[in-house]
Amino acid sequence: MSQLHLAVGLEGAGWHPAAWRDPAAAPHDLLSAAYWTELVAVAERGLLDLVTIEDGLALQSERDDAPDGRTDRVRGRLDAVLTAARVAPTTRHIGLVPSATVTHTEPFHLSKAVATLDYVSTGRAGLRVQASLRPFEARHFGRREVSFVPRQGVDIAGDPLVVDLLGEVVDYVEVLRRLWDSWEDDAEIRDVATGRFVDIEKLHYIDFEGKHFSVRGPSITPRPPQGQPLVVALAHGPAAYAVAGRAADVAIVTPHSLEEARAAVEGVAAERSAAARTDGPGHVLGDLAVVLGATTAEAQDRLARLDELAGEPWSTDVDVIAGTPTELADRLQDWASAGLDGYRLRPAVLATDLAHITTGLVPELQRRGAFRTAYTASTLRGHFGLPRPANRYAAV
Amino acid sequence: MPKQIHLAAHFPGVNNTTVWSDPRGGSHIEFSSFVHFAQTAERAKFDFLFLAEGLRLREQAGKIYDLDVVGRPDTFTVLSALAAVTEQLGLTGTINSTFNEPYEVARQFASLDHLSAGRAAWNVVTSWDAFTGENFRRGGFLPQDQRYARAKEFLTTAFELFDSWKGDEIAADAGSGQFVSRPDVGAFSHEGPQFSISGQFNVPRSPQGRPVIFQAGDSEEGREFAASTADAIFSRHSEFEAGRAFYTDVKDRLATYGRSRDSLLILPAATFVLGDTDAEAQEIAHQVRLQQVSGQTAIRFLEQLWNRDLSAYDPDGPLPDIDPDTGDDHIAKGRASVRMNRDPVAVAREWRALATEKGLSIRELIIEVTGRQSFVGSPRTVADEIDRFVQADASDGFILVPHVTPGGLDGFADTVVPLLQEKGVYRTEYEGTTLREHLGLAALGNAVPVG
Ligand SMILES: Cc1cc2nc3c(=O)[nH]c(=O)nc-3n(C[C@H](O)[C@H](O)[C@H](O)COP(=O)(O)O)c2cc1C
Repeated sequence: MSQLHLAVGLEGAGWHPAAWRDPAAAPHDLLSAAYWTELVAVAERGLLDLVTIEDGLALQSERDDAPDGRTDRVRGRLDAVLTAARVAPTTRHIGLVPSATVTHTEPFHLSKAVATLDYVSTGRAGLRVQASLRPFEARHFGRREVSFVPRQGVDIAGDPLVVDLLGEVVDYVEVLRRLWDSWEDDAEIRDVATGRFVDIEKLHYIDFEGKHFSVRGPSITPRPPQGQPLVVALAHGPAAYAVAGRAADVAIVTPHSLEEARAAVEGVAAERSAAARTDGPGHVLGDLAVVLGATTAEAQDRLARLDELAGEPWSTDVDVIAGTPTELADRLQDWASAGLDGYRLRPAVLATDLAHITTGLVPELQRRGAFRTAYTASTLRGHFGLPRPANRYAAV
Repeated sequence: MPKQIHLAAHFPGVNNTTVWSDPRGGSHIEFSSFVHFAQTAERAKFDFLFLAEGLRLREQAGKIYDLDVVGRPDTFTVLSALAAVTEQLGLTGTINSTFNEPYEVARQFASLDHLSAGRAAWNVVTSWDAFTGENFRRGGFLPQDQRYARAKEFLTTAFELFDSWKGDEIAADAGSGQFVSRPDVGAFSHEGPQFSISGQFNVPRSPQGRPVIFQAGDSEEGREFAASTADAIFSRHSEFEAGRAFYTDVKDRLATYGRSRDSLLILPAATFVLGDTDAEAQEIAHQVRLQQVSGQTAIRFLEQLWNRDLSAYDPDGPLPDIDPDTGDDHIAKGRASVRMNRDPVAVAREWRALATEKGLSIRELIIEVTGRQSFVGSPRTVADEIDRFVQADASDGFILVPHVTPGGLDGFADTVVPLLQEKGVYRTEYEGTTLREHLGLAALGNAVPVG
């Protein structure tokens, strides 16, 4: 029985819009360091591969064309890279994967930030890259126009704006990786005899020229412990499979059925081979939203109560599963037959469902021989069995 | 009560003072070095830890400069991680206003302030030029005056963002279902020559309201900028008379902006060398200078003023008799230039006269004219000197830069700090928890008007 990879998505009080109103939630603490360190500690006790930390450059909104003006949902959040860094010294094994918007930020800054996250976590950093299609986010930067693209209904894949922004994500990741490689691992020589601190033959200009930016390099930060931190991309459909296949180490796909799972795995794999990637296997995780309980009825009751508080049934971009950890384990193993390497779970209420994952689902999967019983690696790449990438600039 | 001294620690990254060849020298990148350094600073009850920044590897004559420490981690990320291993130490990061955008930087500082429970500070710098710009979307070159125009508007805009949340918007009332009190929380709109942005800021008001603001420029524009807006200056004037002149100059400017003299702290960078006796410390200081200025380093430094290739010169020989090239700076890139705001030919003439008078070789001359150790002596001597500077208004305290990473602060914490405490000029316990409190600055409370 092959083992599954498990990630948990951290978002506010949880992914259900009414999560913050759950009696177990601590809605006043969402901006405190203690809140995040405790969540990640729980996830690490559950031996999870990684946590993702959601982020965005605008106030949360349920609309994509404008702020939604809602006052009944969690609003306001902290920078995810800084949150991950704050948590890093308090943990030892779990991977830390903050989200970052690449549409309005500088690849040079993000490259060194994530390299540094890799240093402060001694090899556990990743990054989830996301494009921003939101015009109101663009207005926070005032540098470029982004016009509204509807999320649902219309096929946005062929929209020139989408093609352009996704192409920019691929360029951006290329720059991140080149910057991470711009120092060879042994560039720092501290040669007292010649007085040289570094061997400048081992530092490299990356000279990237793209449509939206050019970057000269080298990085100011030496190559991080993992060589290249893990790049993760969420991929909802074919246009995003192309980004994930070309640029990411781990793709997170959003199937609603076994068939969709199979199609997504194949879609990402096809893009990966089209890009002639030679850096080992890519991993594909399925994304699922979960409400868990000791019995099916309890889980469904919890969901019903949350839906009632939210004023509408929870509908989201991924499948919602309300059930017992055993039922969830069944589903995870069933869909794994489509070729998924594991899952990212989005707990409805972090305070409750994360614990159900670590003390219910994980032991159940362990009983079935489908999940690790101890960490066997100390780096995030190590959890995925991924090699430390060779440096593209190093002379062989 | 005598004036109380403020002390802070600068983690010495890329600079020309770190003696990386010292056997006690460790990594300047590994997090364990930062932990050691920060925990020593906190043990010594320092106000804050300070990080400098440079966004491109320095070059000389078209090659990466390899004689000093090269490479450093990302400022925000290290500071946030340090918040996990310290409890009260302030965390000051140098962040450039030329190659960043206000929304993003304000978000990062507000986040750092939350994650550190009120310990964040921002040293706003405007350097450097098109050379650094080659690493950024923004690219391009901003002349000196426009860099400050951008810096000022950047800071004003960042303040508008920090102040867009007043601090009472989060109700998080599960019963009524009201999370925020108004639909337009964090609303802002800024129209100016540099930035034209609007929307809603997405980090609620942080413990300090805003990070503490540092400024490090030295020009007329830089001083005015500091007097109008900063909470503290990281100054390069660590000598007694120069320090007093700078102190008076900047503090006198405050009145124009309706500010009191204690609303802006002057904190020069300072180095130190300790010994059991003053004589021993002097001898160690001499050795440190020889390690800091090798023959090669001396030639490269001279090239920066001369703006010419001087590699054929003997560092143990006399100064070149040709004059500096007064054309555009082309030798050194990405560093504070020795030529900045000075006439290179006049400086060269001064240096030649000094070398002749004292019989100095190139290397000896460079050792003579580049920063000497600020405080050298037994712990008692150093404690007395620091106290003398502060009581005489040559500064409000110092940002100490040890020459060994990361253990260079340990001796100071163990020997000088207790003496300052005995004198009653230095805290024995933190009185507050935020950096603003450590610095004795007025709390902002909820939003105050943009200054
Ligand atoms: C003591 C001191 C430290 C400085 N540290 C930095 C630094 O770490 N990073 C940086 O980019 N600029 C640094 N600067 C440069 C200044 O912030 C400023 O941008 C530059 O000196 C040009 O402005 P000026 O002409 O007003 O001096 C420093 C300046 C001084 C005086």
